[in-house]
Amino acid sequence: MESSKVIHAFYTDDEVLMDAVKAVKAEHHHIEEVFCPFPVHGLDKAMGLAPTRLAITAFFYGITGLSFAIWMTNYMMIQDWPQDIGGKPSFSWLENMPAFVPIMFELTVFFAAHLMVITFYMRSRIWPFKEAENPDPRTTDDHFLMEIPVHNNEAELTALLSKTGAVEINIVDKH
Amino acid sequence: MYQFSGKLKTFSIALILLGALGIAFSFYTAPKSIEDAKEIMAQQTSHDGGHAISHEEVKEEKHATEVKGDSLAHGEIENHGEEVHHEATKDAHAASEVHGENHDDEHAEHVYHQLKNKPWSALYVSLFFFLGISLLVLVFYASQRVAQSAWSVVLFRVMEAISANLVPTSIIMLLVILSASVLHINHMFPWMAEGVFDPSSPNYDPIIDGKSWWMNTPGWTIRSIVYLAVWNAYRWFIRRNSIKEDTANDGLKTYKLNYNVSVGFIFLFMITESMMSWDWIMGLDPHWFSTLFGWYVLASLLVSALTVIAFVTIYLRSKGALPGVNDSHIHDLAKFMFGFSIFWTYLWFSQFMLIWYADIPEETTYFVMRFNEYKLPFLAMVVMNFAFPILLLLNSDFKSIPWFIVIGGIVILGGHYIDVFIMVMPATVGSQWSFGIAEISALLFFLGIFIYTVFSAFAKANPIPKGNPFLKESEHFHYYNIEHRGEGSADHH
Repeated sequence: MESSKVIHAFYTDDEVLMDAVKAVKAEHHHIEEVFCPFPVHGLDKAMGLAPTRLAITAFFYGITGLSFAIWMTNYMMIQDWPQDIGGKPSFSWLENMPAFVPIMFELTVFFAAHLMVITFYMRSRIWPFKEAENPDPRTTDDHFLMEIPVHNNEAELTALLSKTGAVEINIVDKH
Repeated sequence: MYQFSGKLKTFSIALILLGALGIAFSFYTAPKSIEDAKEIMAQQTSHDGGHAISHEEVKEEKHATEVKGDSLAHGEIENHGEEVHHEATKDAHAASEVHGENHDDEHAEHVYHQLKNKPWSALYVSLFFFLGISLLVLVFYASQRVAQSAWSVVLFRVMEAISANLVPTSIIMLLVILSASVLHINHMFPWMAEGVFDPSSPNYDPIIDGKSWWMNTPGWTIRSIVYLAVWNAYRWFIRRNSIKEDTANDGLKTYKLNYNVSVGFIFLFMITESMMSWDWIMGLDPHWFSTLFGWYVLASLLVSALTVIAFVTIYLRSKGALPGVNDSHIHDLAKFMFGFSIFWTYLWFSQFMLIWYADIPEETTYFVMRFNEYKLPFLAMVVMNFAFPILLLLNSDFKSIPWFIVIGGIVILGGHYIDVFIMVMPATVGSQWSFGIAEISALLFFLGIFIYTVFSAFAKANPIPKGNPFLKESEHFHYYNIEHRGEGSADHH
């Protein structure tokens, strides 16, 4: 086991937190995690997090849904049992295509939306009965928490963090 | 202050002259009599083989379907088949062609009127396209004032400058309107033909006569003039008062007045726009009607208008004339282009699919004509106005790259020109359509006027609307998701 100690620095204002994150990054310390009660705009950029690829997955899920709709309408209405329903041309898929567009649209949206949400749940590791990973309940109300792993530099980190306006600095044993 | 460069001025004047020459040429070469038209038709069949033959082939194919469908729809009119030129005559001709020689003259007369309409229609398509774009830029501008949106404030002067093009296009529109209704020298609107409302005339058309409470020349002319007057009055007022706003310093009194007038304008615009699309476009096919047509025309012009705002903004920014505009503003314009492209597709498809699905003959003829005679532009339009923008502008990063938006925008503008083309041409020239000197000249002519009026208007006022209370916010506008290239982003986080 490597280092299992982390510093928890608490802040009460998102602007102060942003400046603290920038200060810690400037000193080339790794920030393990930041816990916030609400989204702080620009925090991901300040922490240097890679942009999300969720939109890209949604695009491909949408294409999947569209293909599924095309295949389904073609198989059911044209290949399997091409009946004359109210004079609609069921000789080829393209001839009857306008009638299928509402289905194609809805299935595209359905696939894109639901599969993206499920992807989000899986990547974020969220599910029912999941044990909360909250280090301090105050971070869901009015406190912000920055977690930095310690590698025998406790004193230096504490000094840096207290300069950034932290209201409370704790050293915690993890696990 | 921006300086309208001599080079651009010369370029625009050259476009106007070149366009005017081409327009004059197209009017000059249009057939003067039925004999001329016959000659042109003979040339089409003998020399210009491929082109003419393909038309004939298309016609043969569609006879089977069209004669059947149309005779159901316009059964009672067929008795009056000698009419000047509208859909009913087309049916009669479709039938007469099958019958053979003895109706040749009728056919020649029909083609003669279509060929005579060609230069007018070419002019009308471009005129309506540019007039509509300038108008919708003005409406978008009014909507930004009413919504008190902050991001677009730095673009206000760009939009005002583009709306300056409303004045010359309105004047030309007025001339076209008067030459159709008072002087009777163009024949684009079949219901204006002589005897259509007169039961004793061979041209009598009971269907159109039933609509004469709306479709009558004096009413049409007065309404058209009222539309143009309302739009130009607002433009004149808001431009003057927007410049006043810069130095007003009267506790936002001018600003609030501009707000109130814009609310009133949007209300009036929504009414006049609907009626304008019935009068100026749907009136070309007096036997056809569609309820969402006004919205459809609106969507087409709105997406073109946003594209034009983006183009002019990108150009002026590249000249350093818009210091307050950053990549986020461009990104927002591109989002609007993207969104309204899809909105247009939604309305286009809603109109098409409802008519296709129910397949009621009097409605379906509209699309039968367009699909048989205009297949390539009809289908290309959907690709250009929907498939291309949705794939190109979907990515957030691409939406702030100027050259990407220029490519996407050119395709969107081309697509919506075709859209207007397909709204107008099938009703006026039918199968005699082509894209040649007449159409290109009209485009160049109005493009030249556009460049001249827009950039000289932009040079006349401070490019930054200083008096607007949202100016500061607009200059600091920043969409968090995009990287700004070559801009100091130190003040953002």
